[in-house]
Amino acid sequence: MSGTSQHQAIGMMSSDSIPLLGRSPAYDVESVRFCYQSNESQAARWVLDNISFHVQEGEVLGVVGPNGSGKTSLLKVLARLMTPQQGRINLFGQDLAAKAQREVACVVGVVPQDSQMLFPFTVAESVLMGRFPHQSRDRWISGFGWESREDLAIAEQAMMTMDIVHLAHRSVTDLSGGERQRTVIARALAQTPKVLLLDEPTAFLDLQHQVEICSVLRRLRDERGLTVVLVSHDLNLVSQYCDRILLLDRGQIVRLGGPDEVIEPAVLESVYRCRVLVDRHPSSGLPRITLPGRHVSGDA
Amino acid sequence: MVHVIREDLLKQLPATVEPGSCTEILSHEPGRMVSQGAILTNSRWMATLGVLSFTAIAVGLICLHFGAQPIAYGEVLRALFDTVSLKDSTDETSDIARTILLQVRLPRILLGFLVGCSLASVGVALQALLRNPLADPYVLGVSSGAALGAAVGILFGVGTTFLAETALPACGFAGGLVALVVIYRMAATYGQLPIHSLLLTGVILNAIFSALIMFITSILEPNRSYGMMAWLMGTLTAPTYGSLVALIIYLSIGLFLLFRHMRVLNILALGEESARTLGIDTEQVKRSLFMVTALVTGAVVSVSGMIGFIGMVVPHAVRLVIGADHRLLLPASALVGGTFLMGADTIARTLIAPTEIPVGIITALAGGPFFVYLLLWRKDRLA
Repeated sequence: MSGTSQHQAIGMMSSDSIPLLGRSPAYDVESVRFCYQSNESQAARWVLDNISFHVQEGEVLGVVGPNGSGKTSLLKVLARLMTPQQGRINLFGQDLAAKAQREVACVVGVVPQDSQMLFPFTVAESVLMGRFPHQSRDRWISGFGWESREDLAIAEQAMMTMDIVHLAHRSVTDLSGGERQRTVIARALAQTPKVLLLDEPTAFLDLQHQVEICSVLRRLRDERGLTVVLVSHDLNLVSQYCDRILLLDRGQIVRLGGPDEVIEPAVLESVYRCRVLVDRHPSSGLPRITLPGRHVSGDA
Repeated sequence: MVHVIREDLLKQLPATVEPGSCTEILSHEPGRMVSQGAILTNSRWMATLGVLSFTAIAVGLICLHFGAQPIAYGEVLRALFDTVSLKDSTDETSDIARTILLQVRLPRILLGFLVGCSLASVGVALQALLRNPLADPYVLGVSSGAALGAAVGILFGVGTTFLAETALPACGFAGGLVALVVIYRMAATYGQLPIHSLLLTGVILNAIFSALIMFITSILEPNRSYGMMAWLMGTLTAPTYGSLVALIIYLSIGLFLLFRHMRVLNILALGEESARTLGIDTEQVKRSLFMVTALVTGAVVSVSGMIGFIGMVVPHAVRLVIGADHRLLLPASALVGGTFLMGADTIARTLIAPTEIPVGIITALAGGPFFVYLLLWRKDRLA
């Protein structure tokens, strides 16, 4: 990788510097400002402050940053769960705000941070709900209507992808954290989305399932050109599995670029306000961070 | 461990699926989920509702038999058959029994069925809407709002006019709607309705409405005050066919609108945010479902008072047995709720006849232990 200190000086990397040229951007985010107080108060703190970037089609983009840096808000704005007060977001060249929720749901799958399961739907029923946005409107408004064979086939395929076919008849209320997370991801895949937005998808998972989910995401990107935006606290995971990383701090983009450009000691120390050690992953050669040992003062 | 992600299978699934493009997948995966009983199928739907409808009719006949004076089943069936075929009775001796049957018991049993149906359906909808398995119109304050509306109507003498049959449900609807509008305004923040503030508002409203109802009860003269107390405890009194028809009109509008939302309720039960990511305009759906809830609750409360147990327990119990899919849960709960209230009311009017027990007491006493039993049985089966 070319000189790291120059990149530091530039601050924010151009989003088009990665070899994914020739594809239209999945997301085109331009000067987006968002805050939770929708009323007039002038002193409103922007949760997202003047953010502009592209998400290329078919890339895995990791979003990282300290607590409260606006990662989840960014994901919700991209999912059209919340509307920014200023700025514009285009999804595959079309204005996101002008689209109906159903249209967005046909293109964008979302895996939220906490998916509580209160009602005893079976895993299969739960995954099949991912077909909802695709089912014709008159059928769902009428209340009845059974899933088509196509819906069943797609849901079953999504369950195989996430390795939960053997759980099909189990109630989602009885699942372990990992099984539940895989069910939610399978539901999002059953939407046959072009873009998958995930908020901390590996937070409750053991090592095996963390690795599995990340490799499935990369695999879906390779096989189907799926675009993935992944919010995570785990810098190492993001470094190993994402094509590009977006580093947020207090609602602003600090850096956007490949792992080598973002996972840099000086950048991370200024954002996270603690010392980190960065070396190379022994097999992939990508940057890897380690927390300082006990004898060093200052901690996260 | 055999947690192998089937990466080879990913290749078979195109990014966007056009209609008819799944033949290849179908050819080697013929509906494994269906055979496992993991999803609701048409045949299970028909079978379940068939059994429940049959049970409802059977229980209805049994309820017609019981009363201060039992009437033989043969007589019950003959009377019903004659009525349906518009044939005049030829037998002088059975005339009194027939009058009791058709003018007193039948309308009351039909009323019980309708009220039970409606309470259970509204319970199902509110539980999904509020993502709270303990929600029912009583928790939200809709029932007490409706009761207050009806109480105000009674206070100003609506109950004694010829308008009573159609006007009291309307008073109830108005009261229930006022409650929901207040809840909506109080709980609405950021243009959305967070569930927890909604529930809290319901609790507060319940307290205020109950106080107002008690106030109205206390300023009425003793006779009417006693009647209102009995009504508030939840009683079904034999209605005229005219009032039954008025009620049926209210309820069929409400229940029709509710049944149109069965698939939407499935998605809403996942939570508001997930429902939106699956393409539902949650605010609009919530608004229309609240209207329907107020309509049905208002009509029901105005005729039967506060029967508070069915809306919570019946959907819960039915869900434990048949699963959470609202396409089956809603109609099944309606049938079970109706059957349950018919039976409970028959016990209420026969147990210490000629004195009647408020049916609200019976439903609580009968439903509670049954619910506990279901929970225990379910736990055993899972272990």
